Amino acid sequence: MSEPRAAPLLEVVDLARHFPIRNAFGLRTGSIRAVDGVSLAVWPGETLGLVGESGCGKSTLGKTVMGIHGPTAGEIRFGGREIGGLGRRERRTVARHLQYVYQDPGASLDPRWKVRRLLHEPLQIHTALSRAERQEQVEAMLREVGLPDAHLDLYPHELSGGQQRRVGLARTLMVRPSLVILDEPTSGLDVSVQASVLKLFRRLQAAFALTYLFISHDLAVVRAMCQRVAVMYLGKVVELAEAAVLFEDPRHPYTRSLLSAVPVIGGRRVTRDFALEGEPPNPRDIPTGCRFRTRCPLVQDLCAVESPPLRSTGGGLVACHFA
Amino acid sequence: MRGALFVLARLARDRSALVGLVLILALALAALLAPVLATHPGDVFEIHPAKRLQPPGAQHLFGTDRMGSDIYSRLLYGARITILIGVIAVGASLAIGVPVGLAAGYYHSWASDLLMRVSDIFLAVPQVVLAIAIAQTLGPSLPNVILALSVTYWPWFARLVYAETRSLEKEVFIESTAALGASPLRLIALHVLPNVASPIIVRASIGMGFTILTAAALGFLGLGPPPPTPEWGRTIAESREFLPDAWWYAAAPGLAIFLTVMGFNLLGDGLRDVLDPRIRRAGGAVRASAVNADV
Amino acid sequence: MSELLSVSELSVEFTTDRGVAQVLDRISLAIAPGEVVGLVGESGCGKTTLARTVLGVLPAGGRIRGGAIHWEGRDLLRMDARLVNDEIRGRAITFIPQDPWSSLSPLFTVGTQIMDLMKWKSPRRGVTGTRGHWPALVRGYPGARRRADREAVLDVLRAVQIPEPERALRRLPHEFSGGQRQRLMIAMALLPRPDLIIADEPTTALDVTIQAQILRLLRDLVKERGVSVLFTTHDLGTAYELCDRVVVMYAGQEMESAPTDAFFERPAHPYTRRLLDSLPTAGGEIRDIPGEVPSLIGPPPGCRFHPRCDYATAECRARRPDAHAVEGAHRVRCYHPLSAA
Repeated sequence: MSEPRAAPLLEVVDLARHFPIRNAFGLRTGSIRAVDGVSLAVWPGETLGLVGESGCGKSTLGKTVMGIHGPTAGEIRFGGREIGGLGRRERRTVARHLQYVYQDPGASLDPRWKVRRLLHEPLQIHTALSRAERQEQVEAMLREVGLPDAHLDLYPHELSGGQQRRVGLARTLMVRPSLVILDEPTSGLDVSVQASVLKLFRRLQAAFALTYLFISHDLAVVRAMCQRVAVMYLGKVVELAEAAVLFEDPRHPYTRSLLSAVPVIGGRRVTRDFALEGEPPNPRDIPTGCRFRTRCPLVQDLCAVESPPLRSTGGGLVACHFA
Repeated sequence: MRGALFVLARLARDRSALVGLVLILALALAALLAPVLATHPGDVFEIHPAKRLQPPGAQHLFGTDRMGSDIYSRLLYGARITILIGVIAVGASLAIGVPVGLAAGYYHSWASDLLMRVSDIFLAVPQVVLAIAIAQTLGPSLPNVILALSVTYWPWFARLVYAETRSLEKEVFIESTAALGASPLRLIALHVLPNVASPIIVRASIGMGFTILTAAALGFLGLGPPPPTPEWGRTIAESREFLPDAWWYAAAPGLAIFLTVMGFNLLGDGLRDVLDPRIRRAGGAVRASAVNADV
Repeated sequence: MSELLSVSELSVEFTTDRGVAQVLDRISLAIAPGEVVGLVGESGCGKTTLARTVLGVLPAGGRIRGGAIHWEGRDLLRMDARLVNDEIRGRAITFIPQDPWSSLSPLFTVGTQIMDLMKWKSPRRGVTGTRGHWPALVRGYPGARRRADREAVLDVLRAVQIPEPERALRRLPHEFSGGQRQRLMIAMALLPRPDLIIADEPTTALDVTIQAQILRLLRDLVKERGVSVLFTTHDLGTAYELCDRVVVMYAGQEMESAPTDAFFERPAHPYTRRLLDSLPTAGGEIRDIPGEVPSLIGPPPGCRFHPRCDYATAECRARRPDAHAVEGAHRVRCYHPLSAA
């Protein structure tokens, strides 16, 4: 951790994204602070995992970085350049280097377009290549994702779900982005299909020198795929550490509870000693001070008053007064 | 286009849509081949007072009118007027309404709201009444009829396209293509428009029927092209004072209007049935694989 | 034979617009009283169809092609349908669905819906004959029984840890979170005092910490009451947590059935081994299974896993293996079972 490294590829500083809640008259009555002050960095070539349960803001974070939502506050620096405040047109040039893969990449395909056209489009948008040159690249990409040339003349609905996923991935990678945000890429997949998809991600990462921001609620998958992991709860990062460290020796009480909730085959049974009660508070009504205090086994008076900052503790960063 | 042939094939299976298609084709043929099919082509302009108000017979298929002209021949030439009015009016409405709807639907600004409120205003007034008002103000002529109809019909397209665009923009593929860096123009023209084409086509077809009916109403009221233009509505107006004796005088153009409008309506309904489930058919493949999936 | 439920040679097919899918192929499965059995498998394996067939709620296009479902000795498929509906379904056998969001009507309060359930399925209700329906409609809901039922409802709501049960009954479903709704579904499954609960992926839609709470609750409650559970899931971890015995299915055939520890530590079927191997590991190595799940329309003959199996021989293609015991209650249907390594 102390060797000199290149600059981070992506850096967010105090990023916030709030959604207004409007009443029947359209007047603003409050906000959902989906992302509420997140700072982290993604280094070139790594796979950074972003985990948390529903409502923690990880998906919103991914979409805000991507520009699908505009940031409410904070900075987003990509390749050293501030991109959070860019207008729509400039944002489009960033798209060449920063891409986003939906949970169901097949759904990102226009049902009325053939695969050939779908794969040509990214190149038409971002490059001035001739048709023949584009076709060459398209065919090369098809090979990389493991699809036959014959699929070029098919419509998305004529392909299986897995094949649609591969086309969706190919489309995203056509312009050779440097950072790819993967949003719940294995959610809902069968175990063996999930394994195939993860292998594909690995191969593509090697083939195209990709950096991944891997958003998932599945801790086992994150552990297998990521070098570093950030844990989010109600809009903030509560812990950030190298994967091995985080999973062996979690510091934050929430991380501990989260890990102890995951069934581990062959290990002690969760059902015997899982101890986290209650549900996450309503995101419209976030507790003062530390957000986790309503369920935290280590809670004390200080926790209601002061929100703990992310501070370094040997292995990584933790946001807790008592970790 | 493979798509169009596919649609035609599916359409042919629906009997009422087929009837509609036949009627429209008959109309088109009548208009196109009027000089050939007419028994008395000159009667569009010539008058034969000696032969006025003769009932249908061998010489005159639908009889003669008050000027002695052959009603059948005048109807055939009238078909040209009808088609002209319908195509231009609906075409102009499309040309105005679709871009307005797309722009208002895609962008979320005060301008979108303004555009929609304007079209709401137009929609609030019955089309016939509005068309009458406009034609009355401008004076009776063919261009004015077309103008009046275009002005009253474009909001239907605008509203339709607006609603479809708004619902489409929530689709993942639109969002993801935008994330890929596509410009709004590309998104709207190449992704949104093709996906909203089906409802537009259906409405255009039904709109033809509706527009032609309104055009006939304007003609009937004397607001259409002036005589001797053989416009169908005007012919019915002329026949009024000779009813019920010269029944053929009103029946013939009335039947022509009726068949034309019904033809477009049937075709439109048939198109709706063909085009909509076809989209669902695209997901029809899901049904077989759904058995494999959540089973 | 002290088996509560015994499915034997059950075959189900579905008519789709692409052909007839052989969704279940002569499945045999047994559940003893008080036993929690996990039915695991990937998409298309037939676990949900099996659960629904036992419950008798096949969707349109589904047809039972053969076999029997014996409940306490009687074949449900050959019993009078109305009797099955009144006495078995929703009473002796209850159901916890996968999706807590759409299982309750949004228009009525939770109390109304639960009491409606109790009106028809309360354990305090007398046995109705085969002509049960009309008299019951007329008879209505006697007051004394209603009060007893309501007490039972409150008790069970407390047992599933719904806070303030009386107030909860007056609320609408959308006022509850996903985890709470699933608790309500569990309560509704327990109230008729069933002998068997069929749970279809009951925690799939929940966050992992909520899932842990629900799994724990479920485990405690069923053990306390001695209820059997048939529990379908594609998540092997939850099967490990909850089940006494695990049955794995593939493409409409059951492949292996073993007590939980034996299943995970000494799987005998090559598919089970491959499945366990494809779970993501801490070390980072990822192994998948080559090939794809076959279509159920025109599936492979014999053992349906043979096209993807390393050990397949002509035998495997020719005829599906019968079940034989590996060790005690550990049974497998394979000509080349893996030996305990």
